[in-house]
Amino acid sequence: MSQDREKKRKKRMFVRTAILVVLAAAIIYTIVVNVTATGEIVEEGDMAPDFMLTDMDGNVHKLSDYRGEGVFLNFWGTWCGPCKREMPHMEDMYKEFEEKGVHVLAVNIAESDLKVKSFANTYGLTFPIVIDKTNSVRDAYNIRPLPTTFLVGPDGKVKKIIKQEMTGDQIREYMESIMPS
Amino acid sequence: MSSIKCECGHVNPEGTDICQNCGRPLSKEEKEKRLADMRYDGAAIRSMTHKRSIVDKVWNFFSSVKIGVSIIIAILVAAAIGTFLPQVFYVPAANEAQAAQYYEEHYGTFGKIYNALGLSDLYGSWWFMALIGLLGISLVVVSLDRGIPLYKSLKNQRVARHPSFMKRQRLFGEGEVSDPDAAMAKAKQKLMESRYRIREEDGAILAEKGRWSRWGPYVNHVGLIIFLLGVMLRALPGFYVDESMWIREGETLAVKGAPGLFVENKGFSYEVYNKENTDEVFGEAIDRVGTVASKYQTDVALYEQPEDALPGSTEKEFVKDYSIVVNKPLKYEGYSIFQMDFKLDELKSMTFALQNKKDEKSKGELTINLANPEKEYDLGNGSKVQVLDYYPDFNGFEDGEPQSATPVPNNPAFLFKMFTPEKPEGETSFVAIRQTLEPLGENQYRMAFQSAETRNVSGLTIRKDKTLPIIALGGLIFLIGVAQGSYFNHRRFWIRKADDGRLLVAGHTNKNWVALKRELDKATEFAGLPAYHDQRDPEEEIEDHTEGESKA
Repeated sequence: MSQDREKKRKKRMFVRTAILVVLAAAIIYTIVVNVTATGEIVEEGDMAPDFMLTDMDGNVHKLSDYRGEGVFLNFWGTWCGPCKREMPHMEDMYKEFEEKGVHVLAVNIAESDLKVKSFANTYGLTFPIVIDKTNSVRDAYNIRPLPTTFLVGPDGKVKKIIKQEMTGDQIREYMESIMPS
Repeated sequence: MSSIKCECGHVNPEGTDICQNCGRPLSKEEKEKRLADMRYDGAAIRSMTHKRSIVDKVWNFFSSVKIGVSIIIAILVAAAIGTFLPQVFYVPAANEAQAAQYYEEHYGTFGKIYNALGLSDLYGSWWFMALIGLLGISLVVVSLDRGIPLYKSLKNQRVARHPSFMKRQRLFGEGEVSDPDAAMAKAKQKLMESRYRIREEDGAILAEKGRWSRWGPYVNHVGLIIFLLGVMLRALPGFYVDESMWIREGETLAVKGAPGLFVENKGFSYEVYNKENTDEVFGEAIDRVGTVASKYQTDVALYEQPEDALPGSTEKEFVKDYSIVVNKPLKYEGYSIFQMDFKLDELKSMTFALQNKKDEKSKGELTINLANPEKEYDLGNGSKVQVLDYYPDFNGFEDGEPQSATPVPNNPAFLFKMFTPEKPEGETSFVAIRQTLEPLGENQYRMAFQSAETRNVSGLTIRKDKTLPIIALGGLIFLIGVAQGSYFNHRRFWIRKADDGRLLVAGHTNKNWVALKRELDKATEFAGLPAYHDQRDPEEEIEDHTEGESKA
């Protein structure tokens, strides 16, 4: 009889613990997901979504082709002031880091070829510039402010997201951080 | 854990009020009551019986209806306070810092505290979600703790109950009857006509109907829990999308929030009711406000990328054409694309003539697509115009450089180089609306504005909600539970012969005693059962006693 009771008590304990744990886990998970939600699709540490865009010279750039090397992925617009200021620094660092395995890829958001070309000429930009005509890459990365820069490491993961203008020194530091070892 | 052994020999779990076998009162409180407490048929509420471990303590906390009601009140109060100031999504702020500044500037210290406590984003604040979660736990625990013992008690109930049980029912009668067996047979017949299920045992009858209505509150709770589960799923990726986008006529853009889908805007139309095309219906309104919109429509073509295509790839397949109007969204793969907003008459193209300034003779015209200007326009006969640079939204000069505020052609300006047979080396001219500069000296030719074409911009909203079927199911089950518990009653009669040959009759229902009495009246009259009386206290008469599940 008392053995029977002990069994029952253990079963009750188990069932109650299980129910409370499952409920608590579901609730805590929901709260954490909601509170930490940044509205971002891609966050630091995630794999950078692959994409394929064509540059001004007709070369197709596929992000995953750069696996094993770093990619300095910069989203920009010709009308955006900070973009204009940081682009010359990017150009300088591009020349220095291209052979060290860090590539610059500048994604313009849906502007006209003419405008992008004249901008590149004005600032003497030689790194590849691609235009995201349909916004599909912008949506895949959920870009809001311009400029936004994603540092993609050799492993294809997003190392850092920068949502503001960068100085030359910062760009150098960022590029060093994604240099293949 | 101890148990209670009844006089009849049945062993009941601790906390039982009424013996689950014969119906004798067991607890001290129950014995003192004039009428039996039939709320859970006298079964022990589980949590009340074990108070040992921390798990049991937590369990007991949530098992309390008082706690459940307190949580509901807390939620209601929080939701009410959440309406004091505008929620954060109605506030012009792009980020948290701006929102905090807005609340402090507009509503002072109260606003600052309001925002800091998360009341400005109530449904997004962790403590509000926690309250909802606690309510969920309370619903589960309360239901299990009461529903299971009630179910067991009703399932195992015996037919013959002890006279002390019957005497303590609200409807009770006893008396001599000339032929008890015949009376019971007739009563049984009559009650069967009223669709009672009859069980017989040792000269006792239990007539019962509508037991399932007792499960109403629990069905109701299951519905609520499914509802909450649906709401919870919204937070997970892939379940819920609510985005919006602008698309100009002629553009093909990725559908925001729906990777792999593209829409092409083939034309936006905006129609109004006016005096000519409308009968009297809108007459007054048109007189008052001028125009009344009759239609907003975007004609679109939908495209989809192949499964393995990457963002940015131009590969896509035509899916269908559709005209999106208000309340008739384009539906595809769980997404609904709604007509939401519009902007009329954005500049699309501008036409210029290459003109000699003196005699205004033209060398020809060119039309510039403002979304995609050509580099060079050849006018023939040795004349051509190059577009050196383009400023879609010209807003002045900075260090001598023309600037564009946005990429939208609100105020287009161009840097032209004009080549003519007279000036084969070219003349440079900066042309903005109502402004022409000749930075490199006096020109012979100019670009004379001729005309402009416009296009409309359509605002679309993209929605997907996979949780809706779950939420709807929860709501439906909730309503079924409400109906089950409200419109149906659980009615029981006990009839038995006492040792001295007299007949005992008792009746119970969880609600609607009038109907119960009517049915007992019919049986009493037909079978000649002893007269019964209602044992409820006269002062209780006023409130219609129904058995909820408020046993804290």
